[in-house]
Amino acid sequence: MARSVTQPQGRGDARNAPSARRHHRAIDDDGPSSWLFTIPAFFILLLFVFYPFLNTIRLSFTNSRMLIPGHWVGMENYVKLFQSDQFWTALLNSSLYVVCVVPFMLILPLILASLVAKGPKIIGFFRTTYYFPVVLSAVVIGLIWTNLLDSRGLINSIFQSLHWITTPIPFLTDRWLTLFSAMLVTIWEGLGYYMIIYLSALANIDPSLYEAAEIDGAGPIRQFFAITVPGVRSTMTLILFLSSASAFRVFSEVYVLTRGSGGVGGEDITMTMLIQREGTGLSARTGYASAISVVLLIIVGAITVIQQLIVRRGDD
Amino acid sequence: MNHRRKVTVGGVIKYIVLVLVFIFLAGPLIWEISLAFKGPGDNVYAIPQYLIPKTPTVNNFVEAFHRVPMAHYFANTLVVVAINVLGNIIGCSMAGYAFGCLKFRGRGFAHGLFALAMLMPTEGLLVSTFLLVKSMGLTNTLFGVALPGMVGPLNVLLMTNAFAAVPKELIEAGKVDGANKWQRFVHICLPQVKGTITVVGILAFVASYNDFLWPLVALSDDSKYTLTLGLNRLQGTFYTDPRLVAAGACISLIPIIVFFAIFQRYLFEGLQAGGIKG
Repeated sequence: MARSVTQPQGRGDARNAPSARRHHRAIDDDGPSSWLFTIPAFFILLLFVFYPFLNTIRLSFTNSRMLIPGHWVGMENYVKLFQSDQFWTALLNSSLYVVCVVPFMLILPLILASLVAKGPKIIGFFRTTYYFPVVLSAVVIGLIWTNLLDSRGLINSIFQSLHWITTPIPFLTDRWLTLFSAMLVTIWEGLGYYMIIYLSALANIDPSLYEAAEIDGAGPIRQFFAITVPGVRSTMTLILFLSSASAFRVFSEVYVLTRGSGGVGGEDITMTMLIQREGTGLSARTGYASAISVVLLIIVGAITVIQQLIVRRGDD
Repeated sequence: MNHRRKVTVGGVIKYIVLVLVFIFLAGPLIWEISLAFKGPGDNVYAIPQYLIPKTPTVNNFVEAFHRVPMAHYFANTLVVVAINVLGNIIGCSMAGYAFGCLKFRGRGFAHGLFALAMLMPTEGLLVSTFLLVKSMGLTNTLFGVALPGMVGPLNVLLMTNAFAAVPKELIEAGKVDGANKWQRFVHICLPQVKGTITVVGILAFVASYNDFLWPLVALSDDSKYTLTLGLNRLQGTFYTDPRLVAAGACISLIPIIVFFAIFQRYLFEGLQAGGIKG
């Protein structure tokens, strides 16, 4: 089956397409019954995106619990939140996640993408295996890495048989090592995804640039820094923000690696884990959990707004 | 232009790097498969460890099925996946057609709402979404698990782009022949966007097959558990045998590997278009 439709090549196109047809906007020649087509989509959108968004903000100013609607308490939840050590721990962990994971997501996938962009069949094999982890669930990935990082798991066993260590490294029980282990898992899982985004950017670089550099005697490393990196600059910006937003929201990896406990003493809890812990269950403080949610929405929203501003400025 | 490949230092380094990355990315999966086949005669905590099982067995898989109702969880997951794939294909095609092919007042605004929704982190909406689903009486139901993901905003945008690329002459010809906009949708435009429909279906499949946080919150009755929740349980305090956990993980990998093999090309496009992990 030949596909006759050009595929969209990235988020950028999704944003630009409507504006390309702007001159049609004022015309209403298909009539208001056109709206009927959008009903199923709007139903889900309003019910599960915009309503919960507004309700989260409202609830954050109430003392509601799971089974009690509660009443308006003003800023009380936020005051409690900012006095809670657990909140600051979660905010620290999630922020640290962004700071540590994002540089890897920016650089490693680009190197991978330029290594597998073109070449013989075997390169295609590497490309395929590299993006396979992307389709796996974070739970399976978490289970696999729990086995590997266990005090008696493969990695400790290798280190011990090489006599690098005598006692196992507590990858999953130390406060900081647990967080770094989870970051490793996130990176393992994300490399292929960002590699694919870089691959579509690499495809847009004019190959004659590389040929010219070759003639000038520039080696592969020179070419990488002189042509590849500048050529994918806007994609790098995109990945910077995409990976920041998704690193800040991390949940499954930390949850599975710590067996749902958030680490020893809950010291490895992340923002999303805190929302899940405070906001679900019969005695959940839904108002308080909503205040945490609002903080998450504001931070992720700020990341997104900054990204949009930079992308818009780049377009002009 | 058949020039022979020269073996260069750079080329050798490139392949060394490629193989090392391969070991890093595929190694854990290969190790897990080996672990799943290790029998009682294998010391899973041996130092040094070894890859090939000395007493290979399929008992771990049988045991995993026995201890945790894997088949039941798998069936639950299939129900959720089916609802989400169908919902996304139908809902996103319809909306995409309206935004991409029809002209009506408010279209730009409506389309903008979907672009805005795409940026919304669902983790921040978790509590309110749960309260809403609970007030609908749908917690602890598979439909309740599937419902919030039935129309993905990103998928609506992908379908809009696909429909916008349908040649205007085709649509005009349909109008001349007297086809109304429903007939033009079904007979003219839909066949033109089959490729994107496949991509959308795949994105919906992978997203709902792998989802963990929302089912974890929405389901408390373990007879309704989806596969990811069941797997997480496999790792729970009762079962400390890594062989069982590995067997369970391998079972859950089989459908996604088959799926990956069949739809690889579309998946690649879907990922490039910004799906799944974004």
